[in-house]
Amino acid sequence: MPILAWRIRGTMMDMLYNIVVDPFVQMFGTPDFLLQVIWEGFVSGTLYALLALGFVLIFKASGVFNFAQGIMVVFAALTLVGLHAIGMPAYVALILTIGVMGLLALGVERFIMRKLVNQPDIILFMATIGLTYFLIGFGEMIFGGEPQKMIAEELGLPTGPDDNIAFDVFGGVVILEYRDIAAAVVAALLVFFLGFFFSKTRIGRALRAVADDHQAALSVGISLNQIWAIVWFASGIVALATGIMWGAKSDVSFALQIIALKALPVLVLGGFTSIPGAIVGGLIIGIGEKLFEIYWGGLMGGGVESWFAYVIALVFLLFRPQGLFGEKIIDRI
Amino acid sequence: MSNEIKPGDVLLDLEDVSLSFGGVKAIRNVGFDIKKGEVRAIIGPNGAGKTSMLNVINGFYHPQEGTITYKGLKRHDMQPYVAASQGIARTFQNVALFRGMSTLDNIMAGRTLKMHKNFFWQMFYYGPARAEEMEHREKVEHVIDFLEIAHLRRTPVGRLPYGLQKRVELARALAMEPELLLLDEPMAGMNLEEKEDMSRFILEVNNEFGTTIALIEHDIGVVMDLSDRVVVLNYGQKLADGTPAEVSSDQAVIDAYLGVAH
Repeated sequence: MPILAWRIRGTMMDMLYNIVVDPFVQMFGTPDFLLQVIWEGFVSGTLYALLALGFVLIFKASGVFNFAQGIMVVFAALTLVGLHAIGMPAYVALILTIGVMGLLALGVERFIMRKLVNQPDIILFMATIGLTYFLIGFGEMIFGGEPQKMIAEELGLPTGPDDNIAFDVFGGVVILEYRDIAAAVVAALLVFFLGFFFSKTRIGRALRAVADDHQAALSVGISLNQIWAIVWFASGIVALATGIMWGAKSDVSFALQIIALKALPVLVLGGFTSIPGAIVGGLIIGIGEKLFEIYWGGLMGGGVESWFAYVIALVFLLFRPQGLFGEKIIDRI
Repeated sequence: MSNEIKPGDVLLDLEDVSLSFGGVKAIRNVGFDIKKGEVRAIIGPNGAGKTSMLNVINGFYHPQEGTITYKGLKRHDMQPYVAASQGIARTFQNVALFRGMSTLDNIMAGRTLKMHKNFFWQMFYYGPARAEEMEHREKVEHVIDFLEIAHLRRTPVGRLPYGLQKRVELARALAMEPELLLLDEPMAGMNLEEKEDMSRFILEVNNEFGTTIALIEHDIGVVMDLSDRVVVLNYGQKLADGTPAEVSSDQAVIDAYLGVAH
């Protein structure tokens, strides 16, 4: 039956062609479109990175995956919008919101972390799940469940898809929206400051020390309470920045809380303890999933964007569990 | 501290201290003092309450009974970081280092309490905060030279062999410029050469900086050579207290260590 064999080989060749050759032919056939896709990926990547950054901060200082980071983003954004809605100027509302995040940090330290010192990490993780549901209920009680519009314009941020800059490249056009550029700049600034803060300063060192060993940290005179309050406050600020940037693109609603879990594969990829890792991980996932969706998605009937990140995370867990930039897991036996 | 404490005066005084965990009495009515400038050893068989004693001094545990007087002031349920701010530094029996951080960062962490520039400057690592960092880096370099670990500056401590980890831990404690240094089995698990190095460091710290040292050690030879006075604990009670020579000829101590015929 040589003909059947030929036919099978033929379909296999077709498949291989579709997977390995055709996408690249398309990419390089229309390079302007490719650039546009990469830019879109870059933009969602910076938002993932911002989300992941909030998780990394808390993980670095307490070894806990803070399930509540997503809801903190929503809570911060809603507080900002809510304060503006009752008649405060945008910048006053922004400063007050920072204050609210500070109070939240103090509350979390006082009523959750302090009670759970020296408990296993899983207990703290469960506590953050509890905090998540508390904030969901509390937020809905105060702000209502309706999606809100972010006050991006009032804060002086560029808005809308029409506010853009277009480049002519490769005989086509690539459009960059200003609000996306702003999001990238904010993310870059936050990362720069936090990275510096963590690696160079006394408080940064104390944060890492607390994450490594509570007892030893106490013995050199580091107050756990103070460190936890600071770190929750910092991640509250990151949550606020994320909320503003994300809210400028879509509305602020409680659904954002679920999207926040996209940060999980980003963290697996970049390493739970690395600030640059969160950024690189976010960008890889953002760009990767857009490219995969556009050029390979059709082969699988589309919708690959929702699971692509998790498959990458799985591969990383198998071959490099500490992530790209995570601290090496060293254990003496 | 209005009244300056001179060498030979009592730095820390424990009276009638008792500590229990539920029904287990870890320490029973123990009292002894530590004089400024001396090397004080705490010895005893396993489970005698030696480490609990250090934990009490350093504020990890709060005894149910008894009084602790440090630098002439009575303390009540002091938190460990407060003890640290008053000049009590320590090392741990099972090395407690910040494993993911470099040797240098570990030792710099010991300077935490000496650094005062506020959060704002820290955020930007600019101006005063930067100058301060440099100043403390210099102090840390002294400690690093002193303990001969210059070649390990950038190595993550988790990767170092045990003996060196102990040395880094001592360096971190020294960086705090402590008045009272608590060492919990500083030589456990070391070979002879490492023990000799460590003994030399302990004596030099004591001689050069006048640091008061309280140490727990199992190697009796080391204890006899290093310490000025020895307190012996057994089953949470004080068995003997005195110079190494007195203690080693004490019948109760010999019985506790070698066992008695019943």
